[in-house]
Amino acid sequence: MKGLRHYPGFLGMTILCLVILYAPLVVVTVYSFNGSTSITTWGGLSLRWYADVFTGPEAPRFAAAAWNSLTIALLAGTAATLIATAAAVAMMRGGRFRGRPATFALINLPLLVPEIVTAVATLIFFTMIGLTTGYLTILIAHMTFCIPFAYLPIAARLQGIDDSYEQAARDLYASRWQAFRLILLPLLAPGVISGFLLAFIISLDDFLITNFVKGAGMETLPTAIFGSVKQGIKPNIMAISTLMLVVSILFVTLSYLINRMGRRSP
Amino acid sequence: MAGGAPDAGGGTGSGSGYRGLIGPLLLPTWLMIGIFMVLPVCLMVAYSFLTKEFRGGVEWEFSLAAYDQFFVTRGLFGDEPPSIEWTYITIFWRSVWQAVIATLFCLIVGFPTAWFIATRPAAVRGVWLFLITIPYWVNLLIRTVSLKFLIRDNGPLNEALMSIGLIDGPLPLVNTNLAVQLGLFYSYLPFMVLPIYAAVERYNFAYSEAAADLYASRWVILREIVLPIVRPGIVAGCILVFIPAIGAFLAPDLLGGAKTFMIGSLIEEQFKGSLGNWPFGAAVSVILMTLVLLALLIYARQSARGGQR
Repeated sequence: MKGLRHYPGFLGMTILCLVILYAPLVVVTVYSFNGSTSITTWGGLSLRWYADVFTGPEAPRFAAAAWNSLTIALLAGTAATLIATAAAVAMMRGGRFRGRPATFALINLPLLVPEIVTAVATLIFFTMIGLTTGYLTILIAHMTFCIPFAYLPIAARLQGIDDSYEQAARDLYASRWQAFRLILLPLLAPGVISGFLLAFIISLDDFLITNFVKGAGMETLPTAIFGSVKQGIKPNIMAISTLMLVVSILFVTLSYLINRMGRRSP
Repeated sequence: MAGGAPDAGGGTGSGSGYRGLIGPLLLPTWLMIGIFMVLPVCLMVAYSFLTKEFRGGVEWEFSLAAYDQFFVTRGLFGDEPPSIEWTYITIFWRSVWQAVIATLFCLIVGFPTAWFIATRPAAVRGVWLFLITIPYWVNLLIRTVSLKFLIRDNGPLNEALMSIGLIDGPLPLVNTNLAVQLGLFYSYLPFMVLPIYAAVERYNFAYSEAAADLYASRWVILREIVLPIVRPGIVAGCILVFIPAIGAFLAPDLLGGAKTFMIGSLIEEQFKGSLGNWPFGAAVSVILMTLVLLALLIYARQSARGGQR
């Protein structure tokens, strides 16, 4: 009785769900190619607002913000991935040990505490230890909250890799390091890459925590965009939004494909 | 991220010799999250019991002033007998209410979607799921700005509705409760779909068939058989939407107005400029965190009970 899987209207709801999720993104993408200076009237296809992003009056501000965003995402993503990989190996290959449930809770803590609370707590901490707010504080905060996002795909992948490959290597006199580097790491690579890409995106996306700890004069792309949007949505914001949208979708698609490729191979 | 936390409890064998390395491997995680997450939260709790300094910041002197300001009023000049201060409780209540409505919206749209995807052939399920998750990875700020652009008074949505003659003048959506609810719904919809999907995917349709053989209609089957079994997924989805929604900042700030002021904005105000009040902001954060922990506790007890069945 295949009919029991199908309910009338559920397909309609799914389509509605996709329309709701994509309509705003599509509309902004379309309007980013608007040739008119007003956001309400359509003035024909044009790339002028993309040119404005790179050469317009706000270009230096956006360029500095983009540089900060990208370098922070790269550094925080890399650090979080290294930390999360080590943690995943211990959690998934270390057997049962005391403190394992507590460590599991600790890794997931950044996902459970509301973002605004993390933002407040981090700001208070940095102010108290006297660390001047700026690049370094953003980087540290991002490294911390990226750990669970990097951890999840790495641990999921590690759980699916049979222990016997490494055991076979160890039986054949491979050192612990050789067994890790030559056997486990290549098998784990898709999970590690996927974890890095997600951490990178999460760092690039963050607004709230960054806005609290960034201090005066320091901007990342989201805080720069937020500052501009406060005075109303301008066409160049739509162009820069579309660019960021494309970068995010590219990275997530890459992460998805790498993960899928990896699942088929071993 | 929902429900997919890989923790089978105990990991796989220990034959590959990582036992002795557990400490060093976990040390960076313990240090990072311990120093930059757990310690700051403890400090925040301490800050909520300190005295406010004029230029923002605090004096290290114990005080209950922040909580007093939240819960108690003594009139405009502080000379009346203390009574309950409703201003902030109202803001909290509004935030809870907005989050509840957004969660309901997500459930109404998310359940059929999750069900539909879970009943597709295995080969295309991944693609459907991927389509649902893409928007989550797009910057939340950009998504919220996009939504505002779409629903503003002379925006594309109102123009489209007017051109097909559904409405005569533009619907004033921005700065309303509905806009904020829509924003929250839009922000967290994938969190509802994913755990429900995971639950429906595991559901054994033999139960439905058995019920159908006994002449149950398909809606009776859905209500009496399916819903109780996939309930943990539904509860997980509701928690995952509700928690970020209640403390959200961007959706109420960009889509709402003074009448839709929520906790997130209240907290943010306390840390901006010299008008801020750090101990009070910390206290509001502590109250919000307590509320969220309570919701998680209820969830943990619910799922523990579900596991016993």
